[in-house]
Amino acid sequence: MAEFLQFLISGLTVGAVYALVALGFTLIYNASGVVNFAQGEFVMLGGMVTVFASAAGVPLPLAAVVAIVVAVVIGLLLHRLAIEPARGASAVTLIIITIGASILLRGLAAIIFDKQFHKLPGFSGETPIDILGAAVQPQSFWVLGGTAVVVVALYVFLEHTLLGKAVLATAANRLAARLVGINTTTIMALAFGGSAAIGAIAGILVTPITLTNYDVGTLLALKGFAAAMLGGMGNPLGAVVGGLLLGLLEAFGAGYLSSTYKDAFAFLVILIVLFAAPQGLFGRRAVERV
Amino acid sequence: MQTKATLKTLLAASVVGFGLSQAALAQETIKIGSVLSVTGPSSFLGEPEDKTLRIYVDKINATGGVNGKKIELVIYDDGGDANKARTFATRLIEDDEVIAMVGGTTTGSTMAMIPVFEDAKVPFISLAGAIEVIDPVRKFVFKTPHTDKMACEKIFEDLKKRNLTKIGLISGTDGFGASMRAQCVKVAPNYGMQIVADENYGPRDSDMTAQLTKIKNTAGVQAVVNPGFGQGPAIVTRNYAQLGMNSIPFYQSHGVASKSFIDLAGAAAEGVRLPAAALLVGDKLPESDPQKKVVTEYKQTYESATKQPVSTFGGHAYDGLFILVEAMKRANSTDSEKIRDEIEKTKGFVGTGGIVNMSATDHLGLDLSAFRMLEIKGGDWNLVASGS
Repeated sequence: MAEFLQFLISGLTVGAVYALVALGFTLIYNASGVVNFAQGEFVMLGGMVTVFASAAGVPLPLAAVVAIVVAVVIGLLLHRLAIEPARGASAVTLIIITIGASILLRGLAAIIFDKQFHKLPGFSGETPIDILGAAVQPQSFWVLGGTAVVVVALYVFLEHTLLGKAVLATAANRLAARLVGINTTTIMALAFGGSAAIGAIAGILVTPITLTNYDVGTLLALKGFAAAMLGGMGNPLGAVVGGLLLGLLEAFGAGYLSSTYKDAFAFLVILIVLFAAPQGLFGRRAVERV
Repeated sequence: MQTKATLKTLLAASVVGFGLSQAALAQETIKIGSVLSVTGPSSFLGEPEDKTLRIYVDKINATGGVNGKKIELVIYDDGGDANKARTFATRLIEDDEVIAMVGGTTTGSTMAMIPVFEDAKVPFISLAGAIEVIDPVRKFVFKTPHTDKMACEKIFEDLKKRNLTKIGLISGTDGFGASMRAQCVKVAPNYGMQIVADENYGPRDSDMTAQLTKIKNTAGVQAVVNPGFGQGPAIVTRNYAQLGMNSIPFYQSHGVASKSFIDLAGAAAEGVRLPAAALLVGDKLPESDPQKKVVTEYKQTYESATKQPVSTFGGHAYDGLFILVEAMKRANSTDSEKIRDEIEKTKGFVGTGGIVNMSATDHLGLDLSAFRMLEIKGGDWNLVASGS
């Protein structure tokens, strides 16, 4: 039982990280139909800026705010300088632009910061908490709680505010949205800024557990993307479920099957799910809603 | 080679001014080449190597060079890409016409470059870890870092002293971790070790509690060994403490032998043991230790020049450069083959990695005494007294 619980909590913690990254994908995808592959770099920026700001003597909460602001500014710049000038282009072109942006951001981070790994202290100390024989890092609760707050906030925003509905309208049909008086450029900028903020929050929350360096975003973006696909691209709830499921698959795969093939096992399950439901677990609902 | 150089001199001389100075320069310098992974995923290895080579070549030149000639260092950055490394190796041989090479940060890029240097008959001192570089012995290829096989043997030696024989392995699936795991499995029977648990993790994984829980619940595990490098072992160490496994002796490899490991793992690193080069504990070595002088001098020079903490990786480049320089002095020639012969005759060379005694059958020249068993106590490395 203790063993099962340990795997469960490990899986949920790692899964929550994937879920937060997947959520970042969701917002931009909802507004523009673009999968932003620089999402992982926002996560990296969140962690790295916090590490360097707090190393420079800024108190941790303030350093976290600084990191979010930096990420949002870069998110807005990415939109203004790279996405907006190419607004007539197809989604595929825009996706390729985001891949280029991710390489650029990673390179800049390697030069401006450094190439070493860094850590942050756990927000509530690092003494493991014992839950029925399973040892849990207190930071896990921050990650799980932070994910919950972000997903609820995003859900309320998209479903229950005028601005959120404008985001969904822009995604559904940009021309029609413009015709009913929505400033689609502002909406797109909003999506990039918000997405960068979610990424940065994820980076700040997970750094005490996962450590960070300039290219930590690459793998997180990949796993987050897989999670978003599994849950159904564009659905915040799907992103969270997909992320948690991927984390659990990895933890139980490593624990009960073989740690050598845990990634293969996780991706195999994803393939099977997508084969049966190409829209992802919650994908269809998203389409109906729009 | 000789005729090519003459031709180049002639060509250069035919160009007025610029050409003349080039020709004059060419006569006075010895060209040493290097291909390092200064950027990319192995940059934490390549960067200190690059800095070390530059610092010491400048130092050697400031004191008159080698055999009255200044060293000209040609460094290319392969970015961790073996294909690029091979291209640069060809460029070093064909365009730069280097007389020897100290470089090859990773095993991958080293293996890709070996055929180029073997064909050109130019000595190549590699800075890569794996035993494949020098086993089987190749005429022109040498290396300075300890092998992963030696690390396993050193760990097992220590375990044997503590009467622990049943071990659990948790290895990274990256090149380093996989190679060391294979070597450990191979030499385990020689030391009477029994591997009762064998787990893996991906080099970028952020949580290893599942694998460690499995090891924890395996009956009879007396010690755990973690072959791996990068941030993986730091996370394994943190998870190890999280799961309260501290009562089981825990061994890391020489792959984490840098101060950043202690920083990243924090309090969880207390009591962890690992084999490492003397360089890490230079200030704790007894005065009588033959390596004391070399390692403290290198540490001082590197740290004052770069303002960064010393790592064993830069030390490998130091050893490679000076093995080559001493061989060139003995050969008193810039002929690549003569230099090769002298490198092979290196005896009693005291470097940062150990005391090097090469032979025709051993192009590494280090024995187990090159490794010191360290234990992390109070956030710092401590020498483990033999027998404890």
